[in-house]
Amino acid sequence: MFNRALLVLLVLLPSSYPNGAEWSNEVGIEARHFFSGPLNPKQYSNNLSLTFKSEFYHDWQQGDQRLVVTPFVRLDQHDDERSQLDLRELYWRKSFTNTDLYVGVRKLFWGVTESVHLVDIINQSDMVENLDGEDKLGQPMVSLAHTSELGDWEFFLMPWFRKRSFAGVEGRLRTPLVVDQKRARYESGEGEKHLDSALRWSHVISDWDVGLSWFHGTDRTPQLIAATTNGTPILFPYYPQLNQLGLDLQYTYEAWLWKLESVWRRHDNRNSPTLNRSTAAVGGFEYTWYGILSGVSDLGLVLEYQYDNRNGSTAPLSNNDIAVGSRITLNDEADSALLALISTDLDQRTRFISIEASRRLANSLSINLEARFFSNTTPQALLYPLRNDDYLEISLTHYF
Amino acid sequence: MMNKNNCAVALLLLTTLVPTSLFAADDATAEQRGLEIAVEADRRDNGFGDSAASLEMILRNRHGETSQRQLRNKTLEVSDDGDKVIIIFDTPRDVKGTAFLSFTHKVDSDDQWLYLPALKRVKRIASRNKSGPFMGSEFAYEDISSQEVEKYTYLYIKDEVVDGRDHFIIDRDPVDPTSGYKRQRVWLDKAEYRVWKIDFYDRKDTLLKTLSYEDYHQYRGQYWRANIMDMINHQTGKSTRLKWQGYRFSNGFDENDFTKRALKKAR
Repeated sequence: MFNRALLVLLVLLPSSYPNGAEWSNEVGIEARHFFSGPLNPKQYSNNLSLTFKSEFYHDWQQGDQRLVVTPFVRLDQHDDERSQLDLRELYWRKSFTNTDLYVGVRKLFWGVTESVHLVDIINQSDMVENLDGEDKLGQPMVSLAHTSELGDWEFFLMPWFRKRSFAGVEGRLRTPLVVDQKRARYESGEGEKHLDSALRWSHVISDWDVGLSWFHGTDRTPQLIAATTNGTPILFPYYPQLNQLGLDLQYTYEAWLWKLESVWRRHDNRNSPTLNRSTAAVGGFEYTWYGILSGVSDLGLVLEYQYDNRNGSTAPLSNNDIAVGSRITLNDEADSALLALISTDLDQRTRFISIEASRRLANSLSINLEARFFSNTTPQALLYPLRNDDYLEISLTHYF
Repeated sequence: MMNKNNCAVALLLLTTLVPTSLFAADDATAEQRGLEIAVEADRRDNGFGDSAASLEMILRNRHGETSQRQLRNKTLEVSDDGDKVIIIFDTPRDVKGTAFLSFTHKVDSDDQWLYLPALKRVKRIASRNKSGPFMGSEFAYEDISSQEVEKYTYLYIKDEVVDGRDHFIIDRDPVDPTSGYKRQRVWLDKAEYRVWKIDFYDRKDTLLKTLSYEDYHQYRGQYWRANIMDMINHQTGKSTRLKWQGYRFSNGFDENDFTKRALKKAR
């Protein structure tokens, strides 16, 4: 549905546009090298990918109305599931006094922590883009946002669900059995058309940034259930209904950022009653030393603890883990920055290491480096399927 | 004026001969005079309400190579506190759409948020990085933050005629111990109390940077803004030139235009 709408839009791209309108485009090339051979002979060791993102916006009525269109395209050398066309945004906004009405496909973010994002539930994760879940699919919605003395209020109605993306047969960074998207199942009889709703209140009270959110609808995180398609074993995603209360909190004091995110979930899950209620939290701090290295660079230390009370077969990845990391910002002309994070599972002793670095090469060209390592992966560990998938990625992005 | 000047000269000559404690009264006078000048400069800029402008930053390294950044800013005057400011980045292209919100305070540290458009994420950031460079330029965060009388203690130094203009010269010492500066020497013209030059001295009291203002224009018959601000770092040989354009006053901004939600919508 989205792909077709997007194609129509691309064809209709105007060659000239009115005042108050602007196009920004970026094209990227990404090379990934996996240090170990694949577990499945259909998979690859080196991969090239091309990306194109365009953003169009048009403001009128002194900015009281805005149209935003953000298509995104990826062409992947090997993995058909990773090649995609998505509308990250396609919305119209109308502003009234202290209130905004949004209609269309939007992308937004809730939360404060670095190592895992618990309260951020509106948009589905685009897992073929990146394992970290920070890439998101656009979410169709009607939403209202209101600013008052007592904080910001946002209300969302979401009439269409977006399925999580998973790597295909040729793709790396996947479960040994491929996830068959076409066989996605839903707890709700309405399937993808279930009307999800959400409410969020957020406020700044001096040094505290606080957010409370309520979500009711289709869980963005599916359970993966084994089955066969034409005799081939596969996994199919099952999306239960979820009620979730979320809290995000940050206390900023001098060079300290203290952060907490917590969710209380209730699944009305007929298939596994043990899943009914669960609690998860992530909390920690970021401390920054300013003006190191000839007085201009910053060194930050990040420490976060991740907790989830689900255990046994339903345990998620971050149930009793500690993430330690460092952020280096050179504050130079090229905006060079590096973020390294090591997450250790305190039960399974597995380690996930992530290094991200970026730098501007020219006014409209930048380079990104990303390396990910999965170490100490025992056969019982959740990360075991990724044991051969350590990789290095280099990408160049040109803006025009 | 002449009397005071003569007095100061006489006092300077005597300084080496007489114990400093005897000068407490005269120091107090110089402090009071410095403060009076700062208060008057502040008073003359009071009541501007709000403003918006666009800005080009030209960064020059010691080899003379340059790079540009384009920004826009919106300012809301807050009575009894520091201004609220939003800065929107247009270039370099990789940071396009990034926006910065700051609630400056007279004494306390500022509150600052950064909007990262790729993630659609607003992050509250620590404001202890006062002395850190703003966008890799020679301007520190504290240099671009709103200048409030309470942020410094003052000392009147002397008068000086530069470029045919009569100036007061005052020293101001940052109250905040995390400031990157020991002191700043400021040249203000006597006619309009506009700042023409600031020498920044680092924590070791060595001359670090000089900021020069050029091409002043008056808006709404009262408020003076310089179109050019040149910052030269004497210790690294690098410099940054700010070129301001399109100053607009009375835009009708209010508090709701300077919130985290407004930051996400900023363009």
